[in-house]
Amino acid sequence: MAYSVDFNLRPIMELELESLRGDDTAQDSMKGTGLESGSRETLEMEVLTTEGRDRLASQMSDVRERADERSEESIQTNLLVRKRWSTTTLRVLSSMPSRSIGQQSRLEIISQCNIRSTQLRRYHRQTQDVSLSSRPSIRGYGIEADSEDVCEEETKRQELVNNLQSLSAGDRVRLLRATPLSLAEKTKLRKLVFSDKVGQSLLSSQVPCCSLLKRALCHIWFGCLFILSSLQLWQVALKRLGGRFGTGVLSYFLFIRTLLLFNVFLFLINGLFLVLPQAIYPPLHTPSSHRVTGLELFTGTGYLSNSLMFYGYYTNSTINTSCRPDEATAGTGCGTTSDPHMMAYNIPLAYCFTIGITFFITGIVLVYSMSKSFGRSFRVFKSQGNMAIKVFCSWDFKVSKKMSVRMQSENITTQLKELLSEVKGGEEEKGRLSGMAVHLLAWSISLGSTFFCALGIHCFAKYMHLRRLEDAEGEVSVLHEARLLALPGVVSCGNLLLPGLFNLVSWMENFNSPIVRLYVSIFRNLLLKVSILGVLCYHWLGKIAAEPEQHGLQCWESFVGQELYRFLLVDFIFTALYTVFGEFIWKRFSQGVLRRRRKPVFDIARNVLELIYGQTLTWLGLLFTPLLPAVQILKLLLLFHMKKSSLLVNCQASRKPWRASQMSTLFISLLCFPSFLGAIVSVTYTILTIKPSSGCGPFRNLPFMFHSGKQWAQELKSTNHKLAWLNWVHHCLVENPLFLFLLAGVFLMVIYIHTQVLDGQRKTISLLQKQIENEGKDKKFLITSLQAIHEKRQYPLSPSSRPQGSEV
Amino acid sequence: MGTTASQLGKDLLSEYQELTFLTKQEILLAHKRYSELLSKEDRNLTSVPMEKVLSLPELKSNPFRKRICHVFSTSDMKDGSLTFEDFLDLLSAFSDSATLEIKSHYAFRIFDFDDDGTLDGGDLEKLVNCLTGKTEDTRLTPEEMRQLISNILEESDIDKDGTVNLSEFQHVISRSPDFVRAKSLFCRTA
Repeated sequence: MAYSVDFNLRPIMELELESLRGDDTAQDSMKGTGLESGSRETLEMEVLTTEGRDRLASQMSDVRERADERSEESIQTNLLVRKRWSTTTLRVLSSMPSRSIGQQSRLEIISQCNIRSTQLRRYHRQTQDVSLSSRPSIRGYGIEADSEDVCEEETKRQELVNNLQSLSAGDRVRLLRATPLSLAEKTKLRKLVFSDKVGQSLLSSQVPCCSLLKRALCHIWFGCLFILSSLQLWQVALKRLGGRFGTGVLSYFLFIRTLLLFNVFLFLINGLFLVLPQAIYPPLHTPSSHRVTGLELFTGTGYLSNSLMFYGYYTNSTINTSCRPDEATAGTGCGTTSDPHMMAYNIPLAYCFTIGITFFITGIVLVYSMSKSFGRSFRVFKSQGNMAIKVFCSWDFKVSKKMSVRMQSENITTQLKELLSEVKGGEEEKGRLSGMAVHLLAWSISLGSTFFCALGIHCFAKYMHLRRLEDAEGEVSVLHEARLLALPGVVSCGNLLLPGLFNLVSWMENFNSPIVRLYVSIFRNLLLKVSILGVLCYHWLGKIAAEPEQHGLQCWESFVGQELYRFLLVDFIFTALYTVFGEFIWKRFSQGVLRRRRKPVFDIARNVLELIYGQTLTWLGLLFTPLLPAVQILKLLLLFHMKKSSLLVNCQASRKPWRASQMSTLFISLLCFPSFLGAIVSVTYTILTIKPSSGCGPFRNLPFMFHSGKQWAQELKSTNHKLAWLNWVHHCLVENPLFLFLLAGVFLMVIYIHTQVLDGQRKTISLLQKQIENEGKDKKFLITSLQAIHEKRQYPLSPSSRPQGSEV
Repeated sequence: MGTTASQLGKDLLSEYQELTFLTKQEILLAHKRYSELLSKEDRNLTSVPMEKVLSLPELKSNPFRKRICHVFSTSDMKDGSLTFEDFLDLLSAFSDSATLEIKSHYAFRIFDFDDDGTLDGGDLEKLVNCLTGKTEDTRLTPEEMRQLISNILEESDIDKDGTVNLSEFQHVISRSPDFVRAKSLFCRTA
């Protein structure tokens, strides 16, 4: 007795439905044609419910079991529909609360509104407590006479009006606005609610001064919002790019904007607390004569090396604001310390704290945005569940031009076809032996090339240091300075050429799924960049910083800062050259020689990794070059406009479906984990273990950089007893490992609790889904029983009147 | 109660402001656009016929324009004509500040091509055809259409009755972060 029918009304008598609807709603027609049969049917239903309830229940469970057994069959027989539903059945079907058409819908919406208003009232602790149910019971529909349906709507409406009157004004407005009724209906409701406040609108009924204040505040707030939204950088350009190239390319440019904001923040904090004080009170320096050639801008040497740009410029003293710059001496502050109007500004401490705080805040913001982005896109990681979302949500109603509408249709078609082929393709067999060999070869090529690149850079760096030592003994000439750019040049070349090799290799591999290909390509590029940066960091922090005299350096921090500055600049120059010439030439090549009709596609993964590489360099260099974020800001601004123009001229939109939210999550996590974490590790290593140079910088003559903080803490204890407890706190919390263990333990417990809660929720969701499925089966069973009863009554003697299902 | 006067009364304006998601400027702009739709000889009419509404530039190329008119129309003749209040309803539902619930409710009704309260296979097929456009090379093959519809029903039909009702639709929508942004019709500056 398994009823495996489909409630597809369309293939069934549309005429029946038309006759039901006509020019009225379904409810109205009940008054007309089917009144008698309706009441008799309802009597039958009553009989059924009162007497046969147990039997029905057992039947239903039977049905469920058998339906479960035959779930596969039911899929095939799903399209097997009854040729003719009776008017009763159709009427019952169309008035089911879940279907909600016409007047039934209004009733349902008003009931929903009632529920919400009751909840709001209960929330605000009103005394009245009217219990309502949103699902009209069986009694509401068919058992009473039909003329009472209109009365029911009236009573429900009256209840709603009563509820609304007892709510606060703001809640009322919000509730009315959010109800999906037509404006005419809402006006009627509102008139009923405010019938005791004749002729006054809500806004004018408030006390005049409060409303004026509110209005003024609203104006100010909207003014601020407007300014903020107009300051949204590159809004128009981004809209154009997104509309033309899709969300994938747009996510790259949004990432540029995010990085820009990070760098602006870094620049502001550093500038305000570090650069500005030092700029206003410059330290005493022996003036050194440097020839001004244009090359200094690229190499960072010459007059730039003793400027605010680099670490070596900063003093290790306390600036006192009352003294004039020429009175400042190294080591001690100027002026008398007893002057009460003087502000002392300890540069080494400021340096330490500023860098620490910027990294801390950046870390928090990164982790927060990563978790938010991950939460938003988590569902999208599932490969299932995408098609419904794509079909229901992907049409952008803002698009109004005919050309754009057509492009959007094309895009959606492509995406749907790709999704369909992915689902089909996942079922094909994989893992043939030759495929394995190709993959192995590809991986060995890419890993090998990365290794050799890193090795080559290592050897070249050593060679360049030796050459530099030789040059330093001789005269300073332009050629010697230009040689400083050789290492950055080689690294940038490697960065540009090897991804091309990786592309070639992955084209050879011929992946089945585009998403796997993307991830593999990102991983290989990431490995390349990480190994290059690792080798360079080893060189700077491990070799140069450890033995600066061997490398002939007075001030190794400035040197490292200059290296990073050079790397950033040369990277930008090479990217610019590649964008202008490389993409343009490739387009000519592919259109002319290869005769492809389509322009090349913008390689998003590679460009994003370039951005992350640049940002890592900035973070690494923050300790040594406080003004490096400014350079990065300029670079990002120029890069945005360059890439945008190049995109519009040379490239075209990709046909592959790009899951933008998934990719943004990936980019932010890549920014956070290898990039930011690596920078933090290097900076911490530098601060904690490397001896600062004794000739320059704010930490000279200290054994380690963090000793400045320690010194200050000790000073605080001796000079200012009120703040001495800070020292105690610091000693107990930060230096005591027990506290950190406890903290870690608490975090782990919180994570565990959240995981358990999520697990429970997942189980609840699956249980509820099963329950809904069972309810659906019950519904099918009841409807077919109804139909069968009707048939039995109509054709009592015909053989087809047996109350069996429509299965074969 | 559509108004044919060239000015909206202050009371009416504040009432509309309360009941819809539109700001005062947007309501006045809507009134201006609506009055332009009413041609000079139709001064006595309170509703604009569907053809005139479809001539709006924002709706002209939209494949769902007819459904939009039908859904928001409250006329008894079911001819898709819109009064001024229907027009405001339309703008309010498609504005940027409308709630997800309103948008999903109206989106469901727009996608329900046969107005039976659920999205069955026929509705879904019409929906996909609207999305993919009119030209032959962008349409899906019947095989692909069948597979797509069965996948959609498998993903969204929780009670397995072969159709997607409003609650199931809202459940699917709530998983997508882009829904609210995509379902806005007019920009604030338009």
